[in-house]
Amino acid sequence: MIRTAMLVAAKDLRIELRSRVLLWQVVPFGVMALMLTGLAMGPNSQNAANLAPGMFYLVLLFVVILTVSRAFAIESPVGTSQSTKMLGLDPAGVFLGKASAIFLQLLLVGSVLLLGAATLLHIAAGVVLHALPSVVLALGGLAITGTLYGALTSGISGTTTLLPVLALPAFAPLLIAGERAFTSVALHQSGLRWLLLLILVPVVYTAVGILLYGVVEE
Amino acid sequence: MNLAAELHDVIVAPSGFPVLSGLTLEVQVGECLLLEGANGAGKTSALRLLGGLSTVISGHGQILGVDIATGDRREIRRRVGWLGHEGSFYDELTVEENLTYACRLTQRPRASIADAIERVGLGDRRATRTGLLSAGQHRRVALAWLLILRPRLWLLDEPFAALDATARALLHEILRDATQAGASIVMSSHEKNLEFATAPRRVTLLGGRAAS
Repeated sequence: MIRTAMLVAAKDLRIELRSRVLLWQVVPFGVMALMLTGLAMGPNSQNAANLAPGMFYLVLLFVVILTVSRAFAIESPVGTSQSTKMLGLDPAGVFLGKASAIFLQLLLVGSVLLLGAATLLHIAAGVVLHALPSVVLALGGLAITGTLYGALTSGISGTTTLLPVLALPAFAPLLIAGERAFTSVALHQSGLRWLLLLILVPVVYTAVGILLYGVVEE
Repeated sequence: MNLAAELHDVIVAPSGFPVLSGLTLEVQVGECLLLEGANGAGKTSALRLLGGLSTVISGHGQILGVDIATGDRREIRRRVGWLGHEGSFYDELTVEENLTYACRLTQRPRASIADAIERVGLGDRRATRTGLLSAGQHRRVALAWLLILRPRLWLLDEPFAALDATARALLHEILRDATQAGASIVMSSHEKNLEFATAPRRVTLLGGRAAS
């Protein structure tokens, strides 16, 4: 399972490095969306402390959907899906591999967006640093959940619209917990319970993915 | 004689429409079987079933020892080789990278990759991205994978479509070698005057079942 996961993740990352969709399309989109939200909020620093975490996670949601869509678009041509299906791979390994690759890609985009948030949404660098663990946990959870729903909608007509509709309810606890944890840091409050939720949800979805990814894939 | 695969009264109906409606078919070990029939007769559906890609509604049988109703379809997929209409593997990876990826995933030795690429005539394209290849060259990549895989049952969906004379001759040669090595071949074609080196047994499909 681990071997399959590592090979699948390496393949996905190699394809991404070569196509540079993340670098030239997803990252610029995320930065532009942050810029627009920054302009909408205005320069009032009081607004920023309250609204910036929510805006950051809203932009992150769009970026996650783009990244997951892209991760499954490379599998969707009929010839590709058929030839890989014929390899008879361990579905749990494929699930973990794709989730790992998506997570690493989201880490990259998330880092850029955090820097962008500090600059464009006027969030203090110290707050961003303290919020980092919660953002990383949220990204992990979104990658795992997104992989499950990406596989579910892959190959179905209307995938691009179906993925956000189906995945959003599953993303919601992670987005809310992430935003609350971020806001707690900004307001110097304890965000421990939100961090616990950010750990619990990915653990549950990882277990579900390992057990059911084969069924979802079929 | 040993059977590589046998299907009895098999019904397959993805999305509720029966694409196979009581198919009975036997594939002997080492034989070459040609499925003929008009478009929609069930040729590709029969191949998909033999490849472990379809769920059986009723009927019984086995493919390389795996029960089609109760067995693990992934196990069937691991045992058979598939050559389809479309491209294969990932467009962004090179010919060699795709084959290496498949070898590593299925834990097969990578020593045979170079030979397989040469054999299918893609020696000068090994470092070319698969997405840049023509349809015929795509087919050759899939064929190279079958040469590495050396399956006991080869499933070929319209294998001669989009191939030039040289590629056809190459495919004939490879399939003849495979049957001589004891592999079974099931292929589909709607070409009426298909010349084939290994003189296949012909089965005509009509409405999702064998008509002859």
